[in-house]
Amino acid sequence: MSDFAFDLAHLLAGLMVVASMVLLYQDRLNAVINVFAAQAMLLGAAVGWQAEMQGAGHLWITAVIAFVFKGVVIPAALHAMVRKLGIHREVEAVVGVGPTLIAGLALTALAVLVVMPATENANPLSREDLAFALAVVLLGLLMMITRRNAITQIIGFMSLENGLILAAAGAKGMPLVVEVSVAFSILIAFTVFGVFVFRIRERFDTVDIGALERFRGEQQDDA
Amino acid sequence: MSLFAVHVSLLFGLLLIAATTGALGVRRRRTSDAVYALSAVAAALGASFAVIHALAGGLPAELTLPGGLPGVGIRLRLDSLSVVFLVVVNGTAALVSLYAVGYGRHEYPGRVLALYPLFLIGMNVVIVADDAFTFLMGWEFMSLASWGMVAVRHEDPEARRAAFLYLVMACGGAFALLFAFGVLAGHAGDFGFAAIRARSLTGWMPELALVLILIGTGSKAGLVPLHVWLPLAHPAAPSHVSALMSGAMTKVAIYGTIRLVFDLMPDPQWYWALPFLFAGISTALIGLLQALVERDLKRLLAFSTIENIGIIYVALGLAVAFTAAHLAAPAAVALTAALFHIANHAVMKSLMFCGAGAVLHAAHSRDLEKLGGLFNRMPVTGALMLIGAAAISALPPLNGFASEWLVFQAILASPALPVEGLRFLVPAVGAVLALVAALAAACFVRAYGIAFLGRPRSPEAAAAHEVDRISLAAMAAMAALCIAGGVLAPLVVEALRPVTELLVQGGLPAQAAAGPAPLSLTPFEGGRSTYNGFVLVVFLVVSSFLASWGIHRIATRATRRAPAWDCGFPDASPATQYSASSFGQPIRRVFVPIALDVRVTVTMPPPGDVAPARFELTMVDPVWTRLYAPVALAVEWASGRLNVLQFLTIRRYLTLMFAALITLLVVVVLWR
Repeated sequence: MSDFAFDLAHLLAGLMVVASMVLLYQDRLNAVINVFAAQAMLLGAAVGWQAEMQGAGHLWITAVIAFVFKGVVIPAALHAMVRKLGIHREVEAVVGVGPTLIAGLALTALAVLVVMPATENANPLSREDLAFALAVVLLGLLMMITRRNAITQIIGFMSLENGLILAAAGAKGMPLVVEVSVAFSILIAFTVFGVFVFRIRERFDTVDIGALERFRGEQQDDA
Repeated sequence: MSLFAVHVSLLFGLLLIAATTGALGVRRRRTSDAVYALSAVAAALGASFAVIHALAGGLPAELTLPGGLPGVGIRLRLDSLSVVFLVVVNGTAALVSLYAVGYGRHEYPGRVLALYPLFLIGMNVVIVADDAFTFLMGWEFMSLASWGMVAVRHEDPEARRAAFLYLVMACGGAFALLFAFGVLAGHAGDFGFAAIRARSLTGWMPELALVLILIGTGSKAGLVPLHVWLPLAHPAAPSHVSALMSGAMTKVAIYGTIRLVFDLMPDPQWYWALPFLFAGISTALIGLLQALVERDLKRLLAFSTIENIGIIYVALGLAVAFTAAHLAAPAAVALTAALFHIANHAVMKSLMFCGAGAVLHAAHSRDLEKLGGLFNRMPVTGALMLIGAAAISALPPLNGFASEWLVFQAILASPALPVEGLRFLVPAVGAVLALVAALAAACFVRAYGIAFLGRPRSPEAAAAHEVDRISLAAMAAMAALCIAGGVLAPLVVEALRPVTELLVQGGLPAQAAAGPAPLSLTPFEGGRSTYNGFVLVVFLVVSSFLASWGIHRIATRATRRAPAWDCGFPDASPATQYSASSFGQPIRRVFVPIALDVRVTVTMPPPGDVAPARFELTMVDPVWTRLYAPVALAVEWASGRLNVLQFLTIRRYLTLMFAALITLLVVVVLWR
């Protein structure tokens, strides 16, 4: 494999990490969704490049699924949802932007520290990809716990899932069935989330999940 | 198909059919008979196949079944140790099942039926397992099936408590065993016994494994301080189940100890004997002292089981000490004593529990204070129980004496030990063991005398009736085994030789050649001391015959019948007799404060008050208050604190998981 092939693969995966970092400090829902769409498209490109390099035809399907569904359809649906709920300004982070970004940087470093020594004998291509993928997963998790809005939590979850797909595409040999089923389970999860968000909204006039906690009769959440 | 495969498939097949029958059974009475009969046949087959296998010389036999861990399979293996335990456990199970054909209809038949064969399957799996996974699977099967049978009277809060405690102890024990196997197999991780046997442990790993093994198997066997479940669980289960739990299951636990320590662990060190000796002797003493004051017949028997387990562990400890010192002959004596006592206790304790079941069925009570005079109403049960009680009190010429005598022979060989400390310790242990043996006789004189002799203390006891014939036949067979085990002890010892040769590379001298007379038991070369049960029987028969003849000759021939136990007051209330409590009182005053926190309160009414004076006695197991109660309190405190975690917000749950993940990743990074 040429250096160019490596560099392009690392570039795409690295850009996904950057997209995750960008997701962390967005303060408007529409922007969050757009960044997420960009990340999904990057994922499609990264997986496509992997398919080209590994000569694995079925990975193209994954790439197309990622690009079309997660890059176009789901963001469009999310935009529609936000419009319908009229909440395009509401982004409430529990933790401030500065600490979140620092935590994000630390997590990225941690991912690299964990993966690089653990995969010394692995194919260098999947090595770096795995490190980036773990970073994307951790950042997705971080996003889920630093946001209070249900929609941003969904996006955190889905960007986490992007990281998983990236990891899987880098490691050769994930069967197609698994990819397709994962893709569809994400779609279903998205639908379920959507229904829930609307239900929450219907009940509480907000999608702030703090409302749920108050409804459960528990102690007031922080913030 | 090999003989072993036929054996395994027949045994487990029949038991599974029995379990299915029990689970599906509609017509209770017939189902119950069918299940127990099938179990009896299966167990008898299991025992006889093992014997045939041993006689045909096909040992060790191996078999790998599909299933289990990937790449490992369910590995089974039959060697001479397994054969001995298969015979003990299945022999006991066959007789107890036969007893249950008659008896099982009376006590909660429906709920026990499906579990009873599963319990037998679990015990058999443990004995033939040849990899850790199969072993633990069988172990858990055994625990859960017996738990289900302990919990069978779940309407009773006492039974629920017993079942809960049993489950907790079983889980803790299995957990310790799991870790023990983890230590033994190491992180190279082949869990087959062959691989574990080949592996040599370094550093403090063997000691760690030993402690875990003793906790794991000891909790099931009833080793102090892990014995607390036993006196609760045995009375809660139906009598034939308690017979099996006490007679067979505790033996399977000891099998675990022997298999792991003697077979799978590398060369023993002398100090490995210390936990065996200390735990064994305290178990024997504490179990017995608690039995001495117990009023509930089945609890008394359970405490006596604890005592015998202690004796067995003392013998095992001696075997470890001698093996560590490379003294093969005394090690073989100690191990033979342990195995012999295991077999004997299986027989006599099942007999006693079956007898207790008969008493419970006939007189509707297990409380000694409500029994009495049963010998007149149930003469056959009474006679059989007398044999059992004599055997368990280690009276010659019965089997209990022969094995305890071997234990003492092993103790007397202790001067040969090279370690100074052990040379002091072992005779001290022997002295306590002698005390235990003497008090055991007192304990069973009390139990038997109060229950079967004297006058009935309750209308139910006065109206008691003999149990059915099948039960009696089963008990008679057990009693016959008690006698045979004592008289034919050298044959038993011969049969145990392959095991001692396998585990401690030594055996007793050939019994036929070594002794001065046929059928004499000779533990050491050169006949330093021998015991001949047969001669003793002849002597006892002849001398008692002569004595009675002589008395009749010299004194009057007439037989005089007079009311017994009336303390000189004919027709007085039966309450004037010795009661279980009054019989036990002197011993309670002297010895029992070692084992129990005894509190006596006497409430005298003030002058002029017509209320009766009250005498109240509370006895608490100090292990319970000093060891388990603080642990339970700590757990409760911690769970109270952790309860907060149950009401976190979604985001906090996520944060918690996230933090855990990050912590683990950081650990991974730092560890490298």
